[in-house]
Amino acid sequence: MEFLADVIAWFTAPEQWAGRDSIPIHLGGHLALSLLALVGGLLVALPIGIAIGHTGRGSFLAIGLSNVGRAIPSLAILGIVFPISLRLNLGFGFAPTLIALIALAIPPIVTNTYAAIREVDRDLVEAGRGMGMGELHLLARVELPVGAGLVMAGIRTAAVQVVATASLGAVISADCLGFFVLKGIATQDDAQVFAGALMIAALSMVVELSFAALQRLVVSPGLRSDRGLTAFTEPGRVPRDALP
Amino acid sequence: MTSSAAIVTLDHVSKRYGPPGSPPAVADLSLTIPAGEICVLVGPSGCGKTTTMKMINRLVEPTSGRITIDGEDVTAIPAVELRRRIGYVIQHVGLFPHLTVGENVAVVPRLLRWPPARISERVEELLDLVRLDPATYRDRYPAALSGGERQRVGVARALAADPPLMLMDEPFGAVDPILRDRLQNELLRLQARVHKTIVFVTHDVDEAIKMADRIAILQRGGVLAQYDTPDAILAGPASEFVEHFVGADRGLKRLSLLRVRDLPLSDPLTASVGEPRGDLRRRLESAGADYALLLDADRQPLGWIGRHELRDNSSLAADDATPGSPTLQPETTLRDALSTMLGSSVQLGVVVDEADRVLGVISVDAISDVLRSRPAQ
Amino acid sequence: MTPDEPFIRWDWIVANLDDIGERTWEHVLMTVIAVVVGFAISFALSLLIVRWRRLYAPLIGATGLLYAIPSLALFALLIPLTGVTLLTAEVALVSYTLLILLRNIVAGFDGVPRDVVESALGMGYGPWQLLWRVQLPLALPTIVAGLRIATVTTVGLVAVTALIGQSNLGSLIVQRGIRASFPTAILVGAFGSVLLGVLADVGFIALQRRLTPWVQARRG
Repeated sequence: MEFLADVIAWFTAPEQWAGRDSIPIHLGGHLALSLLALVGGLLVALPIGIAIGHTGRGSFLAIGLSNVGRAIPSLAILGIVFPISLRLNLGFGFAPTLIALIALAIPPIVTNTYAAIREVDRDLVEAGRGMGMGELHLLARVELPVGAGLVMAGIRTAAVQVVATASLGAVISADCLGFFVLKGIATQDDAQVFAGALMIAALSMVVELSFAALQRLVVSPGLRSDRGLTAFTEPGRVPRDALP
Repeated sequence: MTSSAAIVTLDHVSKRYGPPGSPPAVADLSLTIPAGEICVLVGPSGCGKTTTMKMINRLVEPTSGRITIDGEDVTAIPAVELRRRIGYVIQHVGLFPHLTVGENVAVVPRLLRWPPARISERVEELLDLVRLDPATYRDRYPAALSGGERQRVGVARALAADPPLMLMDEPFGAVDPILRDRLQNELLRLQARVHKTIVFVTHDVDEAIKMADRIAILQRGGVLAQYDTPDAILAGPASEFVEHFVGADRGLKRLSLLRVRDLPLSDPLTASVGEPRGDLRRRLESAGADYALLLDADRQPLGWIGRHELRDNSSLAADDATPGSPTLQPETTLRDALSTMLGSSVQLGVVVDEADRVLGVISVDAISDVLRSRPAQ
Repeated sequence: MTPDEPFIRWDWIVANLDDIGERTWEHVLMTVIAVVVGFAISFALSLLIVRWRRLYAPLIGATGLLYAIPSLALFALLIPLTGVTLLTAEVALVSYTLLILLRNIVAGFDGVPRDVVESALGMGYGPWQLLWRVQLPLALPTIVAGLRIATVTTVGLVAVTALIGQSNLGSLIVQRGIRASFPTAILVGAFGSVLLGVLADVGFIALQRRLTPWVQARRG
């Protein structure tokens, strides 16, 4: 089809690979945003999830967070963070997008980590305590390894969520793959629109598959937990538990 | 209440699940079930008893042979219509959770498009029949019922359209023995009133002996080993298989043929709540008895009181009696009665009627006498 | 977060209530269309699955694949085909509902107890009656849960369609808000869509309770 030829032409044109608005710049920006957001999210959410799970207190937070997270669309989060960021002189683009993405990454990690720790058979924990294992010891040797699968599921959910939503950063002029889609729409360049979409979709798939593989690696062969309790459903994330 | 019963015949019926040549689930079975009788299909697992029953209402289609109900071939009418004319009760009842008890019972009449007034009347009638007060139970949901109550609703539901034939697939298999005894007795009482043709499947040969007018013992592959009354089978098993299946303790099994009501009941010494202990002690002494049965205002048994507990002259209270063992009913077989009494380590079993009022007592000795007196095989 | 005086222009909100109302209505309309169409398709597909079980895995795989594509990308992939139009938006929105609805509808039917189905057949229900009078009512709680999740998800996704020129609460966020450097509009759009989502959530929970009175009954 002629259209496909156009798309290929777009991809192979030299302007896309050098200069300000080239693929490398936006791809790089997209990856940077995603990586930093994921790390940031982990730094905040893991300790919280572990703490809530281990002590059993504040569970309302874990569950409430996931419900709230599901109700707020990512564009809305971006929309809320953006004006605040302007106020605080953090500027366009990178900063507000990063903040919004971190906010998106936190709920699934908290919820899943909490659930993972909780799901560890209370008997195991008691057995460990009975054998004289200290709290930290328990955490490291028993709760985390056994709950690893669910935690990974949460991280995976967060990762895909972040990578997908990062594309919306283009609305507030962040460097990301969404740029091509929006620019293409503005200039009525269908080939560019399509090319941008392909890149976003491809990146999502790569991330999804990589994390799936990682998840399988992390889970000890003795266990098998592929059920993540994620609440996030958009853009582009499968709710692992769709039942009430 | 109108009552009707159908004659069911199976004529060289067989069912094969695999290609021709593979072993059949049911092979060339022929038997006739007279109207108004309970015919129990019994046998080890794999004998095809449930398959046979399901061929009657075409939940399973026969591979060959003919089944008729009152002379009419079951394949002559659409299956759905056929089933609306046959009562069907399964082990876990399968009450519709989203319908009330009343609506559940009304299912088949509704399918048959009875006028609403008639349906409503019929539901009341049936709930009364299975001793569930319509006012209390009609608008309840199945989730709010106990296991026994659900079974009863299931039976009521099967009887709703007054079918000439009922099929029951291990209906009491999922309840505890005491409840099972009760439900069996109730079904027998019911049958005494409605006289339906009932095909009853069970793996429990004692249940078969208790419930059946006629028993069909099936072997693997639906082969009919013997088809006769319980008494005849116990007296003369047709083959080694039957002998083995019925069990070596045939003498004891014959206790299943007799019921509590077949023996004379003794009248125990009874006491009522509120009676002064001194009076009771005097009565016990003059009768030469050591125990009296304490009854409440409705003649329901509360338990036994021993003479040694009657020191002073205070009035008897309800919780003074030691709660007795499970009570027996007139329809309970002597075998179950003996089993219950031995299980509770009591000498005397209290017999009550359907409203739990005391009718009398029966002793382990009296039952053992029956064992001794019957001719040994 | 407490906005201070110049941050939110309440006078603007009051002055533009008509527009805000219209955007809200458009948002609701787009959501409803997507969920209704998505449900019709999913229901038909699940009837097929009930009949031919082996269709389940491939259909779930396909809808899952669609689901995994980020929204902006899915809209964009469709543009060369159907243009920057409402159709593009709706096709994508419908695609996103399919996975959730399909899974829940099938799960709902699977959840009907087998002895209930058997006794229904034994009593003389025909296949269609079985579906309408027994299986569907009992599958309803799970199905409604699926509708609930699908609807809330869709409400969020509709906002993103503003990027491909659709008019709804998302356009307040994007066109009137971000592009015009006007925080008030952003916040109105954002909170508006969140509110819609919450209302839908609560509404469906209430609907489910009304439709299934028997779930509350429990033995004392």
